Amino acid sequence: MATYLIKRVFSVIPVMLVVAVIVFMMLRLTPGDPAAIIAGDAATSQDIAQIRDKLGLEEPLIAQFGIWIGNMLTGDFGDSFYYKRTVSSMIADRVGPTLALATFTIFLACIVAVPLGTIAAYKQGSWLDRTVMGMSVVGFSVPVFVIGYIMIYIFAVKLDWFPVQGYQPISDGIGGFIYRLIMPSMALSVIFIALIARMTRTSVLEVLNEDYIRTARAKGLAESKVMTRHALRNAAVPIVTVIGFAVAILIGGVVVTESVFVIPGLGTLTLDAIQGRDYPTVQALIMLFSVVYVLINLFIDVIYTILDPRIRY
Amino acid sequence: MKKFLRRSVISATAITLTMGLSLGAVATSAQAESVLTVNMHSDLKIVDPIWTTAYMSRNYGYMVYDTLYGMNSKGEIKPQMVDKLDISADGLTYNFTLRSGMTFHDGAPVTGDDVVASIKRWGSKDAMGQLMMGFVKDMKGSTGDTFSLNLNKPTGLIIQALGKPSSNVPFIMPARIAATPGSEQITEYVGSGPFVFLKDEWKPGDKAEFAKFAEYKPRSEPGDGLAGGKVVHVDKVVWKVIRDAQTKMNALSKGEIDVIESPSHDLLPLMEKDPNIQLIDLNPFGNQYTFRPNALHPPFNNPKILEALLYAFNQEDFVMSTVGDPKYFKLCKAMFICGTPLATEAGFEDKLESNYKKARELVEEAGYDGTPVLIMHPTDLAILGNLVPVAKSAMEKIGLKVDMVAMDWQTLVGRRNKKELPAEGGWNAFITSWNSVDNASPLSTPMLNAACDKALFGWPCDDIIQGLRNEYANEADAGKQLAIVEKLQQQVAKKPTHIHLGQWYQPTAMGANISGAPVSPVVAFWGYKKAE
Repeated sequence: MATYLIKRVFSVIPVMLVVAVIVFMMLRLTPGDPAAIIAGDAATSQDIAQIRDKLGLEEPLIAQFGIWIGNMLTGDFGDSFYYKRTVSSMIADRVGPTLALATFTIFLACIVAVPLGTIAAYKQGSWLDRTVMGMSVVGFSVPVFVIGYIMIYIFAVKLDWFPVQGYQPISDGIGGFIYRLIMPSMALSVIFIALIARMTRTSVLEVLNEDYIRTARAKGLAESKVMTRHALRNAAVPIVTVIGFAVAILIGGVVVTESVFVIPGLGTLTLDAIQGRDYPTVQALIMLFSVVYVLINLFIDVIYTILDPRIRY
Repeated sequence: MKKFLRRSVISATAITLTMGLSLGAVATSAQAESVLTVNMHSDLKIVDPIWTTAYMSRNYGYMVYDTLYGMNSKGEIKPQMVDKLDISADGLTYNFTLRSGMTFHDGAPVTGDDVVASIKRWGSKDAMGQLMMGFVKDMKGSTGDTFSLNLNKPTGLIIQALGKPSSNVPFIMPARIAATPGSEQITEYVGSGPFVFLKDEWKPGDKAEFAKFAEYKPRSEPGDGLAGGKVVHVDKVVWKVIRDAQTKMNALSKGEIDVIESPSHDLLPLMEKDPNIQLIDLNPFGNQYTFRPNALHPPFNNPKILEALLYAFNQEDFVMSTVGDPKYFKLCKAMFICGTPLATEAGFEDKLESNYKKARELVEEAGYDGTPVLIMHPTDLAILGNLVPVAKSAMEKIGLKVDMVAMDWQTLVGRRNKKELPAEGGWNAFITSWNSVDNASPLSTPMLNAACDKALFGWPCDDIIQGLRNEYANEADAGKQLAIVEKLQQQVAKKPTHIHLGQWYQPTAMGANISGAPVSPVVAFWGYKKAE
């Protein structure tokens, strides 16, 4: 296992190198000039050229790439073109809200979807099963911003239960922190509830016909114990895979939810950076998301061995 | 199993709802201080209003810095930091005295040396500043409250330039900060304006905060636009970034924010019906849509074809396509904005009325060879996106071939600086919008600069226009200035540098409990009162 882990950690290096080359080149090939954006509408070509020079954009691409990689190896992700702040400090400012939103969403999705999927499998073919699966299709199909708007209209505008928008850091009070995360998490969790519920149902259905389930029932075990100790446990591997996948998506892909609910997280930072062609920020964020993806996959692999001791690497 | 089912279903819903209901009380925002929360049109990115011409940086400048002169709601330039001005009989020496008791946010007094250093830095960057500096032989500051300008020839430009309301505005900074070359960003954010920038509270992409500067001494006159007494009635102003138009409106309606600087025109009918929201047009001059041709490449290197466009276009089609409601636009053939002393229709009397017959004749006379017009179409900005199809339709009606290329605004901003042929990454035309005060005089109008390579993207080249602009700069008499403007417009009507497509107005949305917002060509936050 240890050897496997070491190998996996080292395999991250070439992956990250490929990501670095792709993200660097894609940004440079994307139309748009950060210097022109920074200079403003009334700036002359001379002003823009001066800014390009200051930003180092007049250097040959290979030199720009070398400088970036070299700095990154020393932990320096550079300064934002706009804010005159280090990219690291900007990411540090914004990672908290995204992590909080992702954690809440996954927590909510798991506590709703896993029982729903299990129930649907247990009651296969019943109205309950059909309802859960029908709702899953709806959950998949309705865009998150529509769900967000509907929730804001009902729970914030009409009922006044929640604020329309905003995020409160945990340092300003745990109550407000949780209160402000509930609605965005609920909106964002819908699609993941749909995804995880369907996967759970399918996986549980597969194991419900296994011999050991029949044996468990034959020895008089309560149905709840059959489902939780035997069925769910053995169905867990694909479910965990989906949950891990969801976490990875959430870390980098919550732009819409962050925009609708005004959460200053990594999603909106990425959006702003791409729109502004803020190369250092986009590059650092994509590298971060890639590392998160790789590490989550590694973590899932480790979890497999805990859930199913037969799995060996 | 029943217990299991029940537990599962109940736990899924109950946790969130109970948390929400019980925590609602915990999170109520009891604020002892008076805070005005504003959603600006964009995020604050650059905090050096001289280094960039971005409007957000200019707005930031008005919070933190003060100006020597300010434009009032009627478009007149009035003294702001200046207490007294003596101009010598020959018009060559300007002796200024500053108001007494003005201090920077760090407690240091504002001196003549600070003013001179600030004017130098601004004059090295701003086009109008550069023009003004062409008249200035030397400037003398002092450690007290006086400074002077010695000119090499008389001009009416000095006060107009020092009172320039929009980017770049000659803001006054401490001399040590203003010593930073104009090509580099400043790193210290100290001004003498009515608000102090709270740098530590600045969260890019989220919010920027400004505290009332307790030591600020407003002028004794009532506030009027960017002039008069800048009296601050709130303790703090927070610029809150909210990207989603619907969320902005809901947040304003629920009192979570107090002001939306630029609400979407689509949502104005909804806001008008909301008793919690009031819509006020604070900018008396509004904004001006502008069609910018590229003079470098065919077919717009032929003035006859550009003149044909003046006959083909009509302003109503453009403003209706985006603004829609006639109460938020004005059809105005005056290049230098209706309602200003320089407003005249000279040169445009028979134009901008969709006279397609005349336009087609001009296209034929021009010998148009079928070269397609590549017009850049920004699809991500609601206030600009619909204009380009209108232009395309009008151009096609007069026989031009049009290639409308969709892109995001930032791509357009990058591409408009490219001088290559359209097929090689360049362009022929695009449409943008300016704050009208930017276009309120021949000197401040960025797109009127026809200095070829030194002009703004589009690079028009016309000695007559340049000569008339210089003549205007040299002239101090208002009547004679208007006569020059008429000649200038007649020349532009023959050889357009750009085409003005109508004035439109952007109401500001604010809570029903907000009052005192200054009517001003540029958004400002003194005067605002918030009833709790």
